[in-house]
Amino acid sequence: MRTPIAYFLVLSGILFSIGTVGVLVRRNALVIFMSVELQLNAVNLSLVAFARMHGDLTGQILAFFSMIVAAAEVVVGLAIIVAVFRRRHSVDVDAARELAG
Amino acid sequence: MPLDNVVFWVFAPISVAAAVGMLTRRNAIHAALFLVVNLFCVAVMYLLLDAPFLFAVQIVVYAGAIMVLFLFVIMLLGVDRGDDLKERLLAQRPLAIVLGAGVALEITLAVRAGIGFSERAAPGFAESVNAGGNTQALARVLFREYFLPFEITSVLLIIAAIAAMVLAQRRAPALTQAEIDALDVSEADPT
Repeated sequence: MRTPIAYFLVLSGILFSIGTVGVLVRRNALVIFMSVELQLNAVNLSLVAFARMHGDLTGQILAFFSMIVAAAEVVVGLAIIVAVFRRRHSVDVDAARELAG
Repeated sequence: MPLDNVVFWVFAPISVAAAVGMLTRRNAIHAALFLVVNLFCVAVMYLLLDAPFLFAVQIVVYAGAIMVLFLFVIMLLGVDRGDDLKERLLAQRPLAIVLGAGVALEITLAVRAGIGFSERAAPGFAESVNAGGNTQALARVLFREYFLPFEITSVLLIIAAIAAMVLAQRRAPALTQAEIDALDVSEADPT
C-alpha cells in the first residue's frame, strides 16, 4: 500500500464539498437527495481510510452501518418525494411554500 | 510507480469529474447515472484500502439497489424534464460554490496538519487484521462487539419498509352519499 492515506482523505473531502454545493445549488428534490448520498459516501470513504490507517476494522463496520442507514433513509426519502409529487405535481423544492411568511 | 498509485490516480479524477457532472446536469436521469459512476470509483477506493467486502456491498447496495430505486422514482414521476436554471436568490449559487471550495480547502489543510501527505499506512493489514479474509474478519467484529447494533439495523430496515408503504400509498377519496347509493343499486342488480 504505497498511496498515502491523506490522498484518500482529501478525495473524500472534495467529494463531500461537491455534495454540499449540490444540496445548496440544485432545486430538484431528487438531485438534492442524490447529493446527500454523495456526502454520505464521501464520509464512508474517510471511515474506511481511517480503518486502514489505524489497522482497525471498526471503521469498516461503521461504514457498513452507515450504508444500511443510508438505504433506509433513501427508501423513506423517496417515498416522501413521491407523496409530495402526488400532491403538487412538482419536485421543485421552491414550489413548496405554504409555510412561507 | 506502484500499481495502487496508478489505480488511485486513474479513479480519483473520474470520481471527482462524475460528481461535478452530477451537479451540472439538468436532467435528473443523467445526474443519477453520473452518481453511479462516482459510486463505482469509490468502490474501487475501498478495494485499494483493503476492504473487499465493502467494495462488494458498495456495488450491490449503492450502485445496484439504491440507484435503481432512484432511477425508478425519476421515471415513475416523469421528472426528467430538468429544472429551470433561473436564479431566485441573489448570488446564492456563487456563494455556495465559494463555500464548497472553502470546505474542500479547509479539509485539505486539516489533513495536512493532522497526518501529513507522506504518511503511509503500515503494511501487513491483509495478513494481520484481515487474517482469514476480510469478510471473516468483519464478521468476527460485527457479530461479537457490534451484535446489538446489527440487530437494531434490521428493526430500522423493517420500519423504513413500512414507512415507505404508508407514505407512498394512494389514498382513495372518501365516497359521497350519492356514490354509495349508486353502488348499492348496481350491486342489487341481478344482471
